[in-house]
Amino acid sequence: MGQRVLLIEDEPNIIEAVSYILSRDGWTVHTHSDGETAIEKVMQGVPDLIILDVMLPGRSGYDILRDLRASAETKETPVMMLTARGQAKDRELAIGLGATQFMTKPFSNAEVLESVRALAGS
Amino acid sequence: MAERILTGTRVRNRRLDLGLRQSAVAEQVGISGSYLNLIEHNRRRIGGKLLGALARVLEVDQAQLEDETSASVIAPLKVAAVEFPSLAVGAESAEDLASRFPGWAGVISAQQAHIERLTAKVDALANRLAHDTKIATSLHEVISTATAIRSTASILVETPDLDAEWQGRFHTNIDTDSARLAESSQALLGLLDIEAGGDASDVSTVVEQAESLFGARGFHLPECENGNEPEWPEAVDSVVGEIAAGWARDYIADAARLPLTLFGPAAEQMAFDPARLAARFDVPVEMVLRRLAQLPASASGPPMGLVRCDSAGVITFQKPILDFRLPRAGAACPLWPLFQALSQPGHALRSVVRMGGAARTSFECFAIATRVGPVSFGAPPRIEATMLVRPAQSDEVPNPVGPGCRICTIEGCSSRRQPSVLQPKG
Repeated sequence: MGQRVLLIEDEPNIIEAVSYILSRDGWTVHTHSDGETAIEKVMQGVPDLIILDVMLPGRSGYDILRDLRASAETKETPVMMLTARGQAKDRELAIGLGATQFMTKPFSNAEVLESVRALAGS
Repeated sequence: MAERILTGTRVRNRRLDLGLRQSAVAEQVGISGSYLNLIEHNRRRIGGKLLGALARVLEVDQAQLEDETSASVIAPLKVAAVEFPSLAVGAESAEDLASRFPGWAGVISAQQAHIERLTAKVDALANRLAHDTKIATSLHEVISTATAIRSTASILVETPDLDAEWQGRFHTNIDTDSARLAESSQALLGLLDIEAGGDASDVSTVVEQAESLFGARGFHLPECENGNEPEWPEAVDSVVGEIAAGWARDYIADAARLPLTLFGPAAEQMAFDPARLAARFDVPVEMVLRRLAQLPASASGPPMGLVRCDSAGVITFQKPILDFRLPRAGAACPLWPLFQALSQPGHALRSVVRMGGAARTSFECFAIATRVGPVSFGAPPRIEATMLVRPAQSDEVPNPVGPGCRICTIEGCSSRRQPSVLQPKG
């Protein structure tokens, strides 16, 4: 079984596309769509990498990231933030809260793969 | 519609009212009688120093001689000239242009005004993009759908060995998403849509929208007077509602300390004097300023406006009166007592001011800056300035203030940040 990635994203067709390309690349992909229960999902089995959307139903990705970094189990887990905003302040906010990487939508599949591989090796 | 009276005609009427001979007036201002005759018959345009000299000889305020319509054409021309410095068109030649080609001057002036309206719209839209939750949600929907389409399409193109089942699923996804994209982009356009021909008021900041909720009620809310939170229309944006709710809570707290049944009669008895009222009720002056601006329209006092700003000088609340309104950020005149108060927190300031130019109304202003919010050791204090504004009721000589440096005519102002395009030359 390859390394595990948890994709927390509420857009079903993004989930399907990203899951497909990561699976083909050898990753074991788990997905979750709800912000409010995202932390519980993570704690059920801490993945090797988390891809986290900012705008989620129930709870913001920034709030989830803050909790992840405050927890001993997940404070070192690489987190790649996805957002539809690309402003410098959003990037600074994400990095300031402890995001390992920040990716702006719309992204290309190649960018996602490259970033995930880089984070897995980090 | 009233007939427009040109500057020359005003000069002539005033001279005849004073019983002065044309040649005598001309001599005093250093021009020939025949030239003054041309001016009086509106065959020569004047302004600047010569008009000022004529106003002094005719013992009248220069603004009373100015042809307001001409001024409204020339001012935008001057602004247009300085907007494009690389074209080296001197702003001082605006009057000459308006005199020789009044039609073209009118066209340029109208275009300049149009550009300024469009710029205001762009600024307001940028503000909405940054703060409007409906637009943020709609934009997120569009970009997320575009992301899904892009990612899915890439898989279809870049994966030649994709099996038929996945191909079918991805084709279906693209079909679904493209339909969603069409709908969501139309919805986004609907949110951004501004009717053609509308003015800048078509778009407004969340603070302005919150102010309009209070403005629609005359800034007097009986339910807040009774300790109850007001209900806003359902269509109100959540951020706007949140801002308005904060103001309403402040209103309720102020009304609890200064109930209308006590404060109204006392205000009338004390001639609406903020300092006396603060002493009478033993409350902070800024609270009295806010309460005076919340009096019902039926109160016997003068109309009262209120402006509040933060320590960066950004206007955070504004109840306008008459033609008094400050720019919301950045371009305001630092001479306004509101901003003077910011530099000396705790000092209550009173000043009678009048906007430069043709404005006739003087305003009496009461301003004070105070620390707000809880004390926090090690954190900088949060300062807020409050200013009550009402028409001046005395003959006190007003202090000149401007609308903002670029279009201000006050000469020799030590607070000027940039040259005025309306400043008389030489």
